Amino acid sequence: MKDEVTREERVENLKGMGCSRKRVEDARFTQGKGNYVDDIKLDGMLFGDFVRSPYAHARIKSIDTTAALDVPGVLAVLTAADLEPLGLHWMPTLAGDKQMVLADGKVLFQGQEVAFVVAEDRYAAADGIELVEVDYEELPVIVDPFEALQSDVVLREDLDPKAPGAHGPRKHHNHIFTWEAGDKEPTQEVIDNAEVVAEESMYYHRTHPCPLETCGCVASMDKVNGKLTLWGTFQAPHAIRTVVSLISGIEEHNIRVISPDIGGGFGNKVGAYPGYVCSVVASIVTGKPVKWIEDRMDNLMTTAFARDYHMTGKISATKDGKITGLQCHVTADHGGFDACADPTKFPAGFMNICTGSYDIPTAYLEVDGVYTNKAPGGVSYRCSFRVTEAVYFIERMIEVLAIKLDMDAAELRRINFIKKEQFPYTAALGWEYDSGDYHTAWDKALKTVDYDGLRAEQSQRVEDFKAGRTRKLMGIGLSFFTEIVGAGPVKNCDILGLGMFDSCEIRIHPTGSAIARLGTISQGQGHATTFAQILASEIGLPADSITIEEGDTDTAPYGLGTYGSRSTPVAGAATAMAGRKIRAKAQMIAAYLLEVHDNDVEFDVDRFVVKGAPEKFKTMKEIAFAAYNQAIPGIEPGLEAVSYYDPPNMTYPFGAYVCVMDIDVDTGVPEIRRFYALDDCGTRINPMIIEGQVHGGLTEALAVALGQEIAYDDMGNCKTGTLMDFFLPTAWEVPNYETDYTVTPSPHHPIGAKGVGESPHVGGVPCFSNAVQDAFRAFGNTHTNMPHDHWRIWKTANDLGLHG
Amino acid sequence: MSKKMHIKLNVNGKDEEFLAEPRELLIYTLRERLNITGPHIGCETSHCGACTVTINGKSVKSCTMFVAQADGAEVTTIEGIGGPDNLHPLQEAFKEHHGLQCGYCTPGMITRATKLLEENPNPTEEDIRFGMAGNICRCTGYQNIVKSIQAAATEMNAAKEAAE
Repeated sequence: MKDEVTREERVENLKGMGCSRKRVEDARFTQGKGNYVDDIKLDGMLFGDFVRSPYAHARIKSIDTTAALDVPGVLAVLTAADLEPLGLHWMPTLAGDKQMVLADGKVLFQGQEVAFVVAEDRYAAADGIELVEVDYEELPVIVDPFEALQSDVVLREDLDPKAPGAHGPRKHHNHIFTWEAGDKEPTQEVIDNAEVVAEESMYYHRTHPCPLETCGCVASMDKVNGKLTLWGTFQAPHAIRTVVSLISGIEEHNIRVISPDIGGGFGNKVGAYPGYVCSVVASIVTGKPVKWIEDRMDNLMTTAFARDYHMTGKISATKDGKITGLQCHVTADHGGFDACADPTKFPAGFMNICTGSYDIPTAYLEVDGVYTNKAPGGVSYRCSFRVTEAVYFIERMIEVLAIKLDMDAAELRRINFIKKEQFPYTAALGWEYDSGDYHTAWDKALKTVDYDGLRAEQSQRVEDFKAGRTRKLMGIGLSFFTEIVGAGPVKNCDILGLGMFDSCEIRIHPTGSAIARLGTISQGQGHATTFAQILASEIGLPADSITIEEGDTDTAPYGLGTYGSRSTPVAGAATAMAGRKIRAKAQMIAAYLLEVHDNDVEFDVDRFVVKGAPEKFKTMKEIAFAAYNQAIPGIEPGLEAVSYYDPPNMTYPFGAYVCVMDIDVDTGVPEIRRFYALDDCGTRINPMIIEGQVHGGLTEALAVALGQEIAYDDMGNCKTGTLMDFFLPTAWEVPNYETDYTVTPSPHHPIGAKGVGESPHVGGVPCFSNAVQDAFRAFGNTHTNMPHDHWRIWKTANDLGLHG
Repeated sequence: MSKKMHIKLNVNGKDEEFLAEPRELLIYTLRERLNITGPHIGCETSHCGACTVTINGKSVKSCTMFVAQADGAEVTTIEGIGGPDNLHPLQEAFKEHHGLQCGYCTPGMITRATKLLEENPNPTEEDIRFGMAGNICRCTGYQNIVKSIQAAATEMNAAKEAAE
């Protein structure tokens, strides 16, 4: 009977790795049946909201809550004075600093949490907030990190200016850390003696991940059983449980953290925020569940900004373009508290991947973190710990060097790429790149877009412009990026001391279906679809028969969560490894059932067959049943496995992007004519989802490069607190993208997958930016800062004298 | 706090009657009073469209409309567009063409798209991009949303033709 089904059909039935399986998540989302945090409604649930500081730097002289407490429906108003006896008025940040939960004597940024009003509903809470009287005394405001390092004004009065910080000595009372990588003197020597040196300063502006769903939580303290349940928009639910336990003193087994459906994260939902702490305290105080949900203004102004890196670089080369050295200094604006969410040993994340895809023999990086009167952060916005900044830096430096050498930027990249045979390649700043084939990807990209043809067209356009035949310039944006994702090996990656492994636990049911639980949490990436595909291929049961569950710390194995493109490289590996444990036991069961030795059966798609006798087999479904109904000598009943996977290395996805843009010099409006994106993320699990990730990442790249910014005035007022001012592209502004790929599997990952979610953002930002800058290259432009909004593009044209 | 008003609504075919403060926003009426949680809140300023519903035949952002303004209206949310036994072609097309990722914008997106296709059953890509510009998606880059709407339009036109 089964023989009528071909092997090909059996493979197809599994919907395993490599197929564009439709997403299992979509049924509920398309019917309005998702379950996001703000959808949670519990009996007697209260609503908490913050009184926030209108000032960026001020002393708090007094807080009067009397009038607020008289508002009908307002039950409590928490201030730092209420939290202090519990030791919860401050909390540790993931970066080794501490942060005020509620303003303790002063505020350090506009929008900072001053008091927490708890009321029967959100309207009563808002009424209460209006009536909390806070007496502020304004202090001098510093929004510029360079000024902060010169100023006598002490921002963080709670810190001993002489004592070292979490990452070593501090140079000044507003200085946080200095972090170095590479060889300082040798690099300086190479640069001093180089034939050619290009130098550039660039500001990677402050922006924000801005997922469509803001951050929020519901805390419910069950005093009868002593159990706290905390639902929240957490990208790392297990780490949040540990943090809550450490700061509250509630034992970890009495805390259940649940991340339900999450409406996008992009790094915004990794950290721990004052709203979580206040909700927990409020629930303990009132004995009722308490919900806290940010509004958009709270979100943009206070939780988790990204970037804000002032970068200065020098790159040296021979006259014919061989790069010899790279130097980079960063002044990093972290705002009022250092609330980055990087692995502990990396206070500037993986900025030391800034030698990019190039074989650069000598390099040196130095990063200085600085406090200012701006919101605390900064997180990795759709990127693996500052890789976006690193790739932007090197991809701009390459362009600047190409200008200095009067050389084609594509050719300059080509002659400096790390060669295929050099992998595994140890970069000058320390990372060991696992695999790559950059030349193949680059050649494919340039050929597909007819690069030479584009350059010829561009030259003609310059002629036409100079002759007055057109007012539009043409820019060709190039970018070749190498990501470093999948953090990470426990030997060098931890957050708050928690090793950055991840996990998967599989339970096969008697009838041949299964549930697998992971330490990660999907925020739109489609884990329920793709992890089932990995398992289908590994254990031979259809993906449609496998439930994937994440986000409940009472049931899921411990893992560090989803950010930094780590789900597939780490949890995906754990899934494959747990699947292989299932398969190993299934092999013994099959051999017993087939009455042969273990080594005489082999796995084939969805079954074990007797070697040399393909008609003798047991399907995985049959084996699953046998695991539960047969007494097999020497084998425990049941079919379950768990794997905690500590990756031996990061993975290094890469890609080649080309953007063709027309720019109207009189209006500053760019029109993206073509965008080609070639991604190599190793083994491809679900091409449909990969393409979707690429489209989305590129769109977030477009946003950052062309207009998205968190801006402040000199008083520390955030000027971009709503979507009126903060640019999120609509369907009207976004082009169609062409996607392409090569496949260079990771040699150390069980299925060779590298992760893809962040690549398009990391590679996309410099590509869009380079397109704008390239349009003006023929007129003397070397560098202008992002975001390239219409005004700034117009200004560039004007500065170059193109308006006549 | 102010005096409560007597409000009548018809939501997804069901009559609702209640007292509400005039300042109550329609999105909270739907989500918190009536437990209709399909429409979401993304910005509170009418920019993102996550809260899009249909009111008396028009696409409306329910986060910036007082329930008092909707008194007497017919309101349709994603829940009224289709369910497990009667999926709307748009709901099927969004799944088929990967027109969603985190799903947060999806109810508003599909609700808006139903109106777009009523107003213009044969939209060009440009029509779709312009007609959907009031709904923001942070995940998909819109390419597959456009594809989904095009596919649903084709499907709906074919069904209409077959019925005629």
